[in-house]
Amino acid sequence: MSTELKAGSPPASVPFYNDPKVRSIAYQIALCLVVAGLIYGAASNAIENLQRARIASGFGFWDNIAGFDISQTLISYSNTSTYGRAFWVGLLNTLLVAGLGIIFATILGFIIGIARLSKNWLVNKAATFYVETIRNLPLLLQLLFWYNAVLKALPDLRDSVKIPGGIYLNNRGLFMPAPSAQAGFGFVELTLLVGVIGAIAYRYWARKRQEQTGQQAPVFLVSLGLIVGLPLLVFLLAGMPLKFDFPEAGRFNIAGGLEVVPEFAALLFGLSIYTAAFIAEVVRAGILAVSHGQTEASYSLGMKPGPTLRLIIVPQAMRVIIPPLTSQYLNLTKNSSLAVAIGYPDLVQVFTGTVLNQTGQAVEVVAITMAVYLTISLVTSFLMNVYNSRVKLVER
Amino acid sequence: MKRVLSVVALTAVMFAVQSASAQTLKQVKDRGILNCGANTGLAGFGLPDAQGKWTGLDVDTCRAVAAAVLGDANKVKFVPLSAKDRFTALQSGEVDVLARNTTWTSSRDTQLGLNFTGVNYYDGQGFLVRKALKVNSALELNEASVCVQQGTTTELNLADYFRANNMKVKTVTFASSDEAVKAYDSGRCDAFTTDASGLYAERLRLATPGDHIVLPEIISKEPLGPAVRHGDDQWFDVVKWTLFAMINAEELGITSKNTDEMLKSTSPDVRRLLGSEGAFGEQLGLGKDWALQIVKQVGNYGEVFDRNVGAGSPLKIDRGLNKLWSKGGLQYAPPVR
Repeated sequence: MSTELKAGSPPASVPFYNDPKVRSIAYQIALCLVVAGLIYGAASNAIENLQRARIASGFGFWDNIAGFDISQTLISYSNTSTYGRAFWVGLLNTLLVAGLGIIFATILGFIIGIARLSKNWLVNKAATFYVETIRNLPLLLQLLFWYNAVLKALPDLRDSVKIPGGIYLNNRGLFMPAPSAQAGFGFVELTLLVGVIGAIAYRYWARKRQEQTGQQAPVFLVSLGLIVGLPLLVFLLAGMPLKFDFPEAGRFNIAGGLEVVPEFAALLFGLSIYTAAFIAEVVRAGILAVSHGQTEASYSLGMKPGPTLRLIIVPQAMRVIIPPLTSQYLNLTKNSSLAVAIGYPDLVQVFTGTVLNQTGQAVEVVAITMAVYLTISLVTSFLMNVYNSRVKLVER
Repeated sequence: MKRVLSVVALTAVMFAVQSASAQTLKQVKDRGILNCGANTGLAGFGLPDAQGKWTGLDVDTCRAVAAAVLGDANKVKFVPLSAKDRFTALQSGEVDVLARNTTWTSSRDTQLGLNFTGVNYYDGQGFLVRKALKVNSALELNEASVCVQQGTTTELNLADYFRANNMKVKTVTFASSDEAVKAYDSGRCDAFTTDASGLYAERLRLATPGDHIVLPEIISKEPLGPAVRHGDDQWFDVVKWTLFAMINAEELGITSKNTDEMLKSTSPDVRRLLGSEGAFGEQLGLGKDWALQIVKQVGNYGEVFDRNVGAGSPLKIDRGLNKLWSKGGLQYAPPVR
């Protein structure tokens, strides 16, 4: 390296400002200064103007009493909580709908994507119809459709559909018995943890043994036993330490139990169904990208269709699928902010809606919200990149 | 090139917020048109009709400002604003006046960089419920679901009222009044809450207005009035005195019909208001006939109230607190002299 530097250093006759290295560094420093200056200028100007117009600024509002209610809260919140608490309520609501949306959209998307490759005419055409309809209609319209469909189709409170097991369904939402852990439930949770660790260890051992001896082990059955069977046994032995809090019909509403509000249901439906159409195309493209020769080669080695798909096709398709799939996950998360149209209390609705309006501190509130979405997106794409680097083609 | 232009424009906006707010009167005169922040649609206060002509109490307040400043009540551009966006629009200079059934509160006056110029409607928050629920009082609403519009004082009063009365409420919040009303109408909520005047207006838009009643409780004070940007005292005075002129005109018996006769009046109060005596219009930076134009083109406060929300309108709201002080109400204007 050092010898190269020596060889590349300019002869004395060339002035330093013609040295490409010096130039490039100078340009970069200049650019950084200009950008920093612009940011500083804009920020200080904004602060000065806000002060001159007597518009409050700063983050002091964070600890003030919010004074409004939120319809769905995952953590305890009341109208005497702070704006900061309201922020966390909104953030968790966003993460909940985005997380569940990603899971549902992925499952549905894979099913539809594979269905589009089916040789069955009806299945194939139905999947094509789904993709072409759903992905060509604006998401906002679909959300409004689902919200109105949910509200209009479900019966009024007084004519609630009663499902055996203490479940009520009406246009105020779905009300289910809420499980609450009693003394001794900790053992069950502990056993579950032990079971999961045991299953991972067993799988590792089974793989090692297969690599050495070629003998296969019943990994699935043993894992099932460890993760489901064992905790269930402990649960029964501990005397079923779980109580259910049943919803009861009051004068206006159904109180108690677990409540799924229609705004949440509509948003989750809308986001999952919309994104699934895009994921289906991603999946289809990924599978088609694996040449048919791979399947034939696998068959000629005597592998069955099941293992061929699982061990040959899907791992190769994944490396094509993962990058665009990441984009779809990011889209879904960001699209969840359309919740504002149907009254689901997500981060945008609660924080850049009510909090912004009650405090009037638009600059701070919007900046925080943008930082949050950026963080969520960067974390999602980081995780997907980690997974991508694990499944990508290793060139030897 | 377009991109370069937009970057330049954006930077200009960022660096030039202040210069926009200092000389509103001159800007409006130069522009020849008044930008007025109005409701996206609330009968009685601000609502475009089928021909696109805006009507309402707030809308007429803006027209009165235009009549005083520009001499023509029709030189107003109405900008429909949601509850959420209204303050930003005023702060950033998109509108010159915000007349959008906005409640005057201390924090809005101090934290948002606004000044409220007066009260053009004394209101209070109420509840709309279905008759079938057989509820007679808001105090019976424990555990009820209530639909409400986001970014309003209403949202906060609702929480306060239930907390103060040891009751629980399930609040369902919507970005616009429209969505909140629709959700209430489809059975998502037991009650809809907003200012009482708004309840009467929104009830007219329900599928079957007769099936719904407004509960008797008024749970808050909602003085509604126009607001301007903080820091422009001249413009603040113009908007403030426009409203005062309308109230004074009603008190002095000047109406849109009798202005010509009133010009011949010998009453010093009338002569001062209509500009036949003194230079009160010039002191405001307006023409001599500022108040005359307001009353002639828009009407006095009583006429405007009657035509938009009172007996002469479909809402038929009683004047109540909005009667003149001399008739037992709260509407009182300082004298022109």
